Amino acid sequence: MAGTPATPLLKDELDIVIPTIRNLDFLEMWRPFFQQYHLIIVQDGDPSKTIRVPDGFDYELYNRNDINRILGPKASCISFKDSACRCFGYMVSKKKYIYTIDDDCFVAKDPSGKDINALEQHIKNLLTPSTPFFFNTLYDPYRDGADFVRGYPFSLREGVPTAVSHGLWLNIPDYDAPTQLVKPRERNTRYVDAVMTIPKGTLFPMCGMNLGFNRELIGPAMYFGLMGDGQPIGRYDDMWAGWCTKLICDHMGLGIKTGLPYIWHSKASNPFVNLKKEYKGIYWQEELIPFFQSVILPKECTTVQKCYIELSKQVRAKLGKIDEYFIKLADAMVTWIEAWDELNPSGASAEVRNGPAK
Amino acid sequence: MSQTNIGDDEVDIVIGALHADLTSFLNEWRPLFSRFHLIIVKDPDLKEELKIPEGFNLHVYTKSDIDRVVGLSSTAINFSGYSCRYFGYLVSRKKYIFSVDDDCIPAKDNKGLSVDAVDQHITNLATPATPFFFNTLYDPFCKGADFVRGYPFSLRSGVTCALSCGLWLNLADHDAPTQALKPGHRNSRYVDAVLTVPAGALMPVSGVNIAFNRELAGPALFPGLRLAAEGKLRWETVEDIWCGLCVKVICDHLGHGVKTGLPYVWRNDRGNAIESLKKEWEGVKLMEEVVPFFQSVRLSQAAVTTEDCMLEIVALVKERLAALDPVFARAAQAMADWIKLWKAVGSGSGSGSSPSNG
Repeated sequence: MAGTPATPLLKDELDIVIPTIRNLDFLEMWRPFFQQYHLIIVQDGDPSKTIRVPDGFDYELYNRNDINRILGPKASCISFKDSACRCFGYMVSKKKYIYTIDDDCFVAKDPSGKDINALEQHIKNLLTPSTPFFFNTLYDPYRDGADFVRGYPFSLREGVPTAVSHGLWLNIPDYDAPTQLVKPRERNTRYVDAVMTIPKGTLFPMCGMNLGFNRELIGPAMYFGLMGDGQPIGRYDDMWAGWCTKLICDHMGLGIKTGLPYIWHSKASNPFVNLKKEYKGIYWQEELIPFFQSVILPKECTTVQKCYIELSKQVRAKLGKIDEYFIKLADAMVTWIEAWDELNPSGASAEVRNGPAK
Repeated sequence: MSQTNIGDDEVDIVIGALHADLTSFLNEWRPLFSRFHLIIVKDPDLKEELKIPEGFNLHVYTKSDIDRVVGLSSTAINFSGYSCRYFGYLVSRKKYIFSVDDDCIPAKDNKGLSVDAVDQHITNLATPATPFFFNTLYDPFCKGADFVRGYPFSLRSGVTCALSCGLWLNLADHDAPTQALKPGHRNSRYVDAVLTVPAGALMPVSGVNIAFNRELAGPALFPGLRLAAEGKLRWETVEDIWCGLCVKVICDHLGHGVKTGLPYVWRNDRGNAIESLKKEWEGVKLMEEVVPFFQSVRLSQAAVTTEDCMLEIVALVKERLAALDPVFARAAQAMADWIKLWKAVGSGSGSGSSPSNG
């Protein structure tokens, strides 16, 4: 067989979005992998603070004043004092792909001791198809050294386009506050050498710490909700975006992968602070999951934006009864789409692809 | 749901002997098998005497036993070749079964340590499955892992695991066309994870290395879909794929779980994919009908045991598949006969189950 072709860099097609309130010294460690890419830094918190970015990186930086200036009244949909503000970066990007990473995430090592180029793996994941309609027991069949197993129908082997690549974390695992309190010393040391497609119809908890996506295919669904200052909830921004995104991907015939790459998550946030932010979410998610599992998007929703607006209507109608917050959130979802379309007027909408009937 | 304790005396190891000389096979597995009871079923087509080394607690069944027990009760069920092991499932009186092909030996993990496949399967069956929401850190009951942030608390107790599907290093279980195109391809990737296959997602179950809860899955594991030119190599069969789809659809309906991943076994090189390919494309062609069929199966609320579910599937096979190919009409008959046989001979340690709510 011919040698494996090198993964394209996509350096002019991908933006790296980083939300932060502190200096970005962590980028030094990522320099070999990130330096060729354009960064979009979304500065949360006090806009008068100066964020120091290491030399040699090409970036644009937006603080709260910039967000207010650019969006005007629509800035109300962008969270303040929460990393959820990162989705502003997705909206202003002009690139096809986004990679977002938290500023306490560092380069991890694989079991052989080699530094992991997380961005390269995300690109591989995004450029190869997903297989949501039938589970392959050898995981991602498009990876080197893997393939479809016996019994996998040939008609399903072309796969569908991959919209999202969800990476994982070694060291500090992404646990909720109660679990952190019970297991403060647990570290994730297991390197699971797999990428897999999350099957159609299955929801998952999407973590925004190490996430890549195709902005053209699914960008408008990646709204990270209303969190932080003035809001009753925090640490559910990426969860919300993940449930909405998975629902819409399932409807549109797009795939979501999870697994490699790993990054090294260095900072454990305070579990008591986390508990205060999360506790409403812990109760609410018991209603939210059945809600998302039961949403049906009509056939007329042929673009991500239309799906999202329809979803906002159902959020208002069915979740509004749980708490007024969901009415505000439904409004914010609409505002987000309006703002997205204003800033991305000629945005390509992905066609609906129909998989085999279920 | 908490972890179940599974005693050695609750497990049968069932081996279908397609080769007469089991000396080296059983000696390789001896350290892992010696504390269990073994059921060896000789392929009724095999003419030579079985050679079995000393020192095992085992029971051997041959064609005459099969004829005596099954008699003329079914013309549709054929126990030859890979299907001989199902006779072992039928006559076992244990709650759990582990079955592995007789051309496999214990594997080594990525640290070079010998894998105790039996122990891993028992752990998989003893710990809950989590089919209703995907955990991105895979099996949350594994040491060093847990449920991630965003995983609903009400879903964390999980459901009973009915089937544990293991994997293979060296010769992976690919179909003949895939292996023929890549004759040198061997699976060397050790993926250190067990995960629950989500509810609603179907997959190709390989019979090479499986374990199951006999009460829950036994009635759905049977010699059903027999190819016209079925042979003595896995490339020339799809019978396990058919059963696996039955089991998954039934588990999804009754609220039980199916896990996949660890343990690995080492599958010896055997056979020639190109020769198998020349023989018959039948299995590959049939999958194109089989998979959409199972994706469309809906079972009624009245079906509360595995046997009930099987009978409903029989009716659906007769209605939707039988006309397409005589092999399906025979499969439906085999399924119906199997349920009668199971009720008469097989349900030793208790029949069926009531649905558990996830």
